Amino acid sequence: MRIRFEKRLAPSRFMQVATPIASVLLTMLLGAAIFELIGFDGPHAIYETFITPIVAPYKWQDVLTKAAPLIIIALGLSLGNQAKIWNIGAEGQYIIGALAGAGVAFALPNAEGFWAIPLMIGAGILGGMAWAAIPAFLKTRYSVSEVLSTLMLVYVALQVLNYLIGGPWKDPNGHNFPQTPPFTPAESLPNVLPGTVIPPGFVVAIVLTLVFWLLTTRSVYGFSVRTVGAAPNAARYGGFDASRTVWSTLMISGGMAGLAGILEAMSQLGQINLGFPSGYGFTAIIVSFLGRLHPIGVFLAGLILAVTYVGGQVAQTVVHVPNATAGIFQATMLFFILASDILVRYRVRVIRDAPRAKAAAAGASA
Amino acid sequence: MNLAFIIDALVTVVGVTTPILLAATGELVVEKSGVINLGVEGMMLIGAITGFAITFNYGPDLGDWAPWVGVVCAALAAAISSQLFGFLVLTLGSNQVATGLALTIFGIGLSSLIGAGYVGMTVPEFATPFPDWLAGDPVWRVLFGYSPLVYFALIAVLVVGWFLNRTRAGLVLRAVGENDISAHSIGYSVLAIRYAAIAFGGAMAGVAGAYFSMVITPMWAEQMTAGRGWIALALVVFSGWRAGRLLVGAYFFGILMTLELYAKASGFSFLPSQFWAAMPYIMAVVVLAVISARGVAGSEAPACLGRPFMPSN
Repeated sequence: MRIRFEKRLAPSRFMQVATPIASVLLTMLLGAAIFELIGFDGPHAIYETFITPIVAPYKWQDVLTKAAPLIIIALGLSLGNQAKIWNIGAEGQYIIGALAGAGVAFALPNAEGFWAIPLMIGAGILGGMAWAAIPAFLKTRYSVSEVLSTLMLVYVALQVLNYLIGGPWKDPNGHNFPQTPPFTPAESLPNVLPGTVIPPGFVVAIVLTLVFWLLTTRSVYGFSVRTVGAAPNAARYGGFDASRTVWSTLMISGGMAGLAGILEAMSQLGQINLGFPSGYGFTAIIVSFLGRLHPIGVFLAGLILAVTYVGGQVAQTVVHVPNATAGIFQATMLFFILASDILVRYRVRVIRDAPRAKAAAAGASA
Repeated sequence: MNLAFIIDALVTVVGVTTPILLAATGELVVEKSGVINLGVEGMMLIGAITGFAITFNYGPDLGDWAPWVGVVCAALAAAISSQLFGFLVLTLGSNQVATGLALTIFGIGLSSLIGAGYVGMTVPEFATPFPDWLAGDPVWRVLFGYSPLVYFALIAVLVVGWFLNRTRAGLVLRAVGENDISAHSIGYSVLAIRYAAIAFGGAMAGVAGAYFSMVITPMWAEQMTAGRGWIALALVVFSGWRAGRLLVGAYFFGILMTLELYAKASGFSFLPSQFWAAMPYIMAVVVLAVISARGVAGSEAPACLGRPFMPSN
């Protein structure tokens, strides 16, 4: 008996939806088994990681808070990934975006007007775009692989952050901790409706999901991006400029990461400190793939990954599993989704090696 | 600048260069076979915690052999983890960029999970094999004062250069990376060769990781490889996929990283220390631009790099 992969004429719609769901379920099963093996209560740990954040009354806000930056960044990344442009340095663009927005706040003393917030957000988007412009320039001008250049710039961005919060922007009243002064109320984003638990970033994420859905499914631009990724020669023939796609997708993904960064700083932390770079930029890559590069999928995947963040902390306190397990769950999910990608593009045929079938197969291939 | 200072600096350069040289030598073979594995950083961390944990737990029973067993286990563990990547990208034809990244995220998580009980613990340094009168000599330590892994790294890059360019097996491996369909049609098993190359790359990354946890700072700290795996990946591009240039490039980056350590102590303190910490990464980007702008002169990039190969179709 052998297993053979036969290429499908068109990607399977069913598999595109079924495989992410299966990946999450398989991750839960595997996680339970491994927790049992290393001496924890497996089912209990999985329940606390994946279910408690959804059913517990006060965990929803945490989930939405974590989901917002993941969704916003992953929407941008998905667009680039469709064109096979791999921006894996969103973490750096997220950091620089937040710093640029904070820089505007500190440059304008006594920013009390209503314009402080839009100015900071605009600077955040531009900061992320500027950081992504470096790899875009290097790729279109010198054909430098964006995979490595975007990643290297994450480490540069981390040092820029360390320098600014430990030096020029250090809070004079901060007991010598490396952190910026807190934003004033005029420089902060409150929750959308007073008294509700919906963080402002999540509203932005919902709006952007719709915008990206229109962009990818209803616009010529979305079509051109997909074509550049799927059939570069056809795209060139059709007049879609490859280097314009590089620039536009990196600008959009960089801007989204910068936006996520400044929103996080203005609405959650209220300042920028050493804990600000928390890996959302990397996790968003998982979100993008788990959501199969589709805006609606990305939205749902962002919620699922946010659940694992929150649930990881719950499981840590309740079942005492180490904190690092959330990262392993996320990587496992990505492994499963990438492994199952073959089911979207190929049909699996089990061939029995009965003599007659063998002869028929030989005849068919001859 | 006196002799002692120069020797001190040279010893530091060799120390920081060795892990990126080890990891890049492994990745060179992987990429020559036509596969790009972005999981180097993750495999290094798996190697780092494995080498550390084995030495820590079994060191007293193993005596003098403990660090050697630790390094071999580090190489094995990282090689095994690399086969997970191999299965996905080779057998299932998954996207190599995303799968490599998944391996790095997995390695960071797994090493933190295993290492949770070892944070801050120490093991004896995997020190020089030479007698003290040589290794401890204020001058001769520049040649004899290193961990065996330093000499291993130098031998490994030379052997890999010889293997790729002077042996039949190396020729086959390059053929697989250059034109997988032709290599397949004249009867070579493309996938088997790539599996082997990925395993070798994993083993070398594991040894590189062990160098962090057993030589540089013989203790465990989360994410102690601090992004050096990515420098190793840039180094392979920098080298134009040639072993000789890889060695030169590794020492170039090693000198840059040493500047960071010396900047504060010497006259460079007018620039913030973070500038020096970012320096290797800035230079990596600059160097990638220069190399790529100069075109393919002397570069031997494999033509099939990153492209999946599905033999059944």
